[in-house]
Amino acid sequence: MGIYTGNPNLVSDLVQPGQVHRDVYISDEIYRLEMKHLFANTWVFVGHDSQTPGKGDYITTQVADQPVIMVRHSDNEIKVLYNRCPHKGTKIAIDRSGNTGKFFRCPYHAWSFKTDGCLLAIPLKKGYAETDFGDTAAAKGMKAVGAVHNYRGFVFARLAPEGIAFDDYFGEALSSLDNMVDRAPEGRLEVAGPPLRYMHQCNWKMLVENQTDACHPMVAHESSAGTAIKLFEESDWKEGEPKPMAMEIIAPFMSPYEFYEGMGQRTWSNGHGHSGVSSSIHKDYAEEDAYGSAMIDAYGKERAAEILGENRHNTVYFPNIMMKGPIQQLRNFIPLGPDKTLVESWIYRLVGAPDYLLKRTAMYNRIINAPTSIVGHDDLEMYERAQEGLHTDGNEWVNLYRNAEEGESFDAEWTGIGTSERQMRNQFDAWKRFMLVSMTEAAT
Amino acid sequence: MSVTRDDIIDFIYAEARMLDEGRFTEWLELWLPEGIYWMPLDYKQTDPDLVTSLLYEDDFMRKLRVERLNGARTFSQKPKSRCSHVIQRPFVDKFDPDTGEFETNTSMHYVETRLDEQFLLALTAVHELRLVDGKLRIANKRVDILNSDAAFGNIQLLP
Repeated sequence: MGIYTGNPNLVSDLVQPGQVHRDVYISDEIYRLEMKHLFANTWVFVGHDSQTPGKGDYITTQVADQPVIMVRHSDNEIKVLYNRCPHKGTKIAIDRSGNTGKFFRCPYHAWSFKTDGCLLAIPLKKGYAETDFGDTAAAKGMKAVGAVHNYRGFVFARLAPEGIAFDDYFGEALSSLDNMVDRAPEGRLEVAGPPLRYMHQCNWKMLVENQTDACHPMVAHESSAGTAIKLFEESDWKEGEPKPMAMEIIAPFMSPYEFYEGMGQRTWSNGHGHSGVSSSIHKDYAEEDAYGSAMIDAYGKERAAEILGENRHNTVYFPNIMMKGPIQQLRNFIPLGPDKTLVESWIYRLVGAPDYLLKRTAMYNRIINAPTSIVGHDDLEMYERAQEGLHTDGNEWVNLYRNAEEGESFDAEWTGIGTSERQMRNQFDAWKRFMLVSMTEAAT
Repeated sequence: MSVTRDDIIDFIYAEARMLDEGRFTEWLELWLPEGIYWMPLDYKQTDPDLVTSLLYEDDFMRKLRVERLNGARTFSQKPKSRCSHVIQRPFVDKFDPDTGEFETNTSMHYVETRLDEQFLLALTAVHELRLVDGKLRIANKRVDILNSDAAFGNIQLLP
């Protein structure tokens, strides 16, 4: 027990209008409170329903620090269950994906459960006949998380049984997810292969903040993007030839501040927001005709143009995912400790679209998000330096003042310049509210 | 020039030494321009295009990677990483001096270090080599990391 548990006022003081105290990144106690309050009371990404297409198909993953199983039940609904046997705690499944048939069976003592978690059978059941077993948690089977919502294939969970409803939590922010799915001529996505898994020795919030940080690419990524431009200029490329795909992906990182300013930013309440309102670094990708005509066949000319005209860059769904609509990618920042974050980068196929789009998406993923990425290397370097630097006692605050406004409120939708640190402040506004929603004063 | 099996094996050893000594620009010259350096993400992955890989790099990307390592504002290489390949004697799986086509399969332990951190990867490298103008060149190279599906921190040099 430290200083913050049972002391909501002290937690509240960590977030000030334009700055946050370093303990939100480095304190182990704050991390544990985040797991207990913030991640329990918000809607957290679990997986995509195409990862479990058939009845009995499951994946194992984590919602914050909680191991869970996402499984397709016999009624075709997706269930999310805590991954432990109610008997003695054994994890029921540990492979990343599989099919369990009609029921789960614990490999230790053969307790079995329906795929909605209900207890099905226990060996030697008569041994419990004369006991109060029926009143225990074990008798209820594998516990499900508080609530599950499948939104157009994307499965989210709220660990707390009571709390904010899915639609109230995300509100208009769902428009980014809608646009990503609408980009499929058949209106649905399918997961494409396993994710990149990249371990970061830093706090999860540094990664989430970086997704809308429009002032770092041309600085931190000069070594990759600047060098790409230099090499390209030295090459014997001729006007009219296709540029190397890698150039289309990396070079825009060197766009000047003015570009990122003009690209814009939108924030919604509860910590959600995106960069790229009027433009984005993904805007100038060449589109081939086969896709355009598939979209027109599916939606009609006007609607197809509207869908493809959206060029949102990075959308943050608070607390811990980022989605890139134009290239069907999702990054999940899984907090494993105050200074440890696992980043999983997933890609999706637009069902009904030609393969070249997925090929570009896969290329983007490996060039930008892999542990072998020349772009990722410099990002991780910055996060890890910050994680270490925050331990210095010369200054205990992290500064988020850029374009801060007097009496800033985050309740309503807002659009403005892309280089503002508003979305980071928006995240901390939500952070404070969802940390405090279930924290109570310790009895004195 | 007539190529022997020993020439093929020596080439693989010489490449590993080049990487360990940081002679990356020289390493680029071993490659044929159309060659691809592939490091799959999934165990026994067959498709390089429609699922993610760790690396799938053409001439442009290889040059970019090496130029970046040499650059002045490459922050993740301040200070620089070092690496070491400990290689087992390569199997020469294809030896065709008439067409000038060769293939090797080599098990390695790869160690990379920077500051106080160091990590170890177990690898299998498959090299497709061609004899061009009397010189052996890399036509394609595939490196499978034994635990390619594990979560890694930065892998900055060239396994």
